[in-house]
Amino acid sequence: MAAREREFTAPTVQLLTPEGDLRPSPEAEAYLPLVEALTDVELQRFYRDMAVSRRIDVAGANLQRQGQLALWVPSHGQEAAQVGSAHAARPQDHLFPSYREHIVGMIRGLDLVRVMALLRGATLGGWNPEENGNFHLYTLVLASQTLHATGYAMGLQFDGATATGDPETDAAVLVYYGDGSTSQGDASEALVFASSYQTPQVFFIQNNQWAISVPVARQSRSPLSLRGGGFGMPGVRVDGNDVLASYAVTRQSLEEARAGDGPSLIEAVTYRMGAHTTADDPTKYRTDDEVAYWEARDPITRYRTWLEGRGASASFFTDVEAEANDIAADLRRRALELPAPTREAIFEHVYSEPHPLMVEQAAWLENFETSFENPAGGAA
Amino acid sequence: MSARTEEENHVTDVASDTNSTGAAPAVRGVQTLSMAKAINAGLREALRADEKVLLMGEDIGPLGGVFRVTEGLTAEFGERRILDTPLAESAIVGTAIGLAMRGYRPVIEIQFDGFIFPAFDQITTQLARQTVRHDGTLSMPVVIRVPYGGHIGSIEHHQESPEAYFAHTPGLRVVSPSNPHDAYWMIQEAISSDDPVLFFEPKSRYWPKGPVDLDHAGLPLHASRVMRQGTDVTVVGHGAMIATLLQAADIAATEGRSIEVVDLRSLSPIDYGPLLESVHRTGRLVVAQEAYGNVSVGSEIAATVAERAFYSLEAPVLRVSGFDTPFPPAALETEYLPSPDRVLEAVDRALAY
Repeated sequence: MAAREREFTAPTVQLLTPEGDLRPSPEAEAYLPLVEALTDVELQRFYRDMAVSRRIDVAGANLQRQGQLALWVPSHGQEAAQVGSAHAARPQDHLFPSYREHIVGMIRGLDLVRVMALLRGATLGGWNPEENGNFHLYTLVLASQTLHATGYAMGLQFDGATATGDPETDAAVLVYYGDGSTSQGDASEALVFASSYQTPQVFFIQNNQWAISVPVARQSRSPLSLRGGGFGMPGVRVDGNDVLASYAVTRQSLEEARAGDGPSLIEAVTYRMGAHTTADDPTKYRTDDEVAYWEARDPITRYRTWLEGRGASASFFTDVEAEANDIAADLRRRALELPAPTREAIFEHVYSEPHPLMVEQAAWLENFETSFENPAGGAA
Repeated sequence: MSARTEEENHVTDVASDTNSTGAAPAVRGVQTLSMAKAINAGLREALRADEKVLLMGEDIGPLGGVFRVTEGLTAEFGERRILDTPLAESAIVGTAIGLAMRGYRPVIEIQFDGFIFPAFDQITTQLARQTVRHDGTLSMPVVIRVPYGGHIGSIEHHQESPEAYFAHTPGLRVVSPSNPHDAYWMIQEAISSDDPVLFFEPKSRYWPKGPVDLDHAGLPLHASRVMRQGTDVTVVGHGAMIATLLQAADIAATEGRSIEVVDLRSLSPIDYGPLLESVHRTGRLVVAQEAYGNVSVGSEIAATVAERAFYSLEAPVLRVSGFDTPFPPAALETEYLPSPDRVLEAVDRALAY
């Protein structure tokens, strides 16, 4: 007997239509003032960051193809969800990425050559979050970071660093994960703890439709935004290819979290236009029609159309293109110049406090390696 | 206890009361406490000494934990510091990592040994690696307390000895006290450590009482020590096994055999100094543990001692372990767990070489 079909639906917050018209969906009306408050400079910055992200993707993929990176993780197609949400955060907020949010890091002040170092195999982490806009390290075991983010948000609350009524200092946590990660136990456990402790936190799911080769329908029979309600927190579905909606919904959710209203969940519906990573071949599991459908909903094209309609000059777009090219070229040059780590790095910082095995094994390796440097043979 | 004289050489200041006026701390003397009470007292000291110390776990609040180790702590420190968490081990460890990133020093209680595995991923892929991932700019002062081991006649997943999984993992430290005095001090030292520490509490030793010197810590956290001196065979173990080894040594003494007992105290790193010194003298070593023998802490000790004391050994290093089966139904545990007789059988074999 076939399973009975059940319909689960959730409305989608959309401000910009795929054609580039600002025509808010009924659910989006309430968010309009947040967008109207944005200055032209801020609106142009959104475009610039999306364009830079897309250009860096090309540079990263090329470096991988040329054997300079072990892997590149592209964001092509997801620029609006990432750029909109990143700009919604305030400087004091803490952002916990998955591993695809390069432009989010850049917006927070991270030099993306650090991401190149990670993907080049020169480091296991690459940056100090405290010195890089509270942009935490990439986490490769899916959904692990949702719990770290929740613990951090608990700490903000215990410290009285949130919900004092001052939006300039009250902090919140924004954690990124994907549709595949939502199936991990940690993702559900994080929602439980966040709800129990009413953490100042926003869960931001980028539903890019595919977890490598497995479609989101295999992860969930219902819109992922509905998971919020099951854990006792608001869940909002937003058009993740609409940078204005992604910004506004995240902004609103973070403000509520800072104000002490507890956690919430956002599902940004988007699409991974490229491969999962450079090791993937999406032509084996998805159709050209599907890709064409999403191409027509491209986040950058629709936003450009809207900006042009508002009077953005042609020179603005050519300037952005030139700047993006410069950033990508500079990143490429510096990635190629990254020094290889030295062998001591194997043992450094495994522990914070002295550890006898680290001392012993580092000395052994040093002695072993230097024993080959004497052409007469043997260690001194 | 024979260790007393050694402890005198390692005097450590007792944390003074937070409201002390700078006068020398009062001498508090030696109390007779169970290990459960000693750990409770150690946790209390740590909570008083540093407001960043938090306790997290299941049922550790008003109930005081299923073993009552945290009894009375909620009353003194409140719900904000003694977190009676939702029932999810991975989340307890995962959120503790986030709290440590924020500057807290979480002390987790895993309810029973067999329930640590839902948190295994967070412990091994996240907790153990945060410091190296952050190039040393972030420390992970998280303690995970794990009541472990058999002898309590309980059901499945309640009597296990999973310490080897964690001793195998770089980035973690693993310790296990064998007596109330060590438990009182080692829990405080573990909480002071800037590295993650797995703190294995031998639950069958929770209730026997012993002297606790509240003024003098004795050895540092990762030092092993000779618990009983002897000349014929060295036996080494940790946790609840020490009581069995001391019993075995008593029996052997009545038969004219002198056994030296070494308490590892720390399983990662292992302090081989006292052990090797002992083996150089006795020429024979028996390693005893409740855990499965295959690929165990005992295996590592046997290999290392064979490497480093080869010319001192008169016999191969022998191991006495739990069998390589799931911990059996409790009705069979006395046959499964290493007993004084099983230790002495190995001692006889070592002496027969």
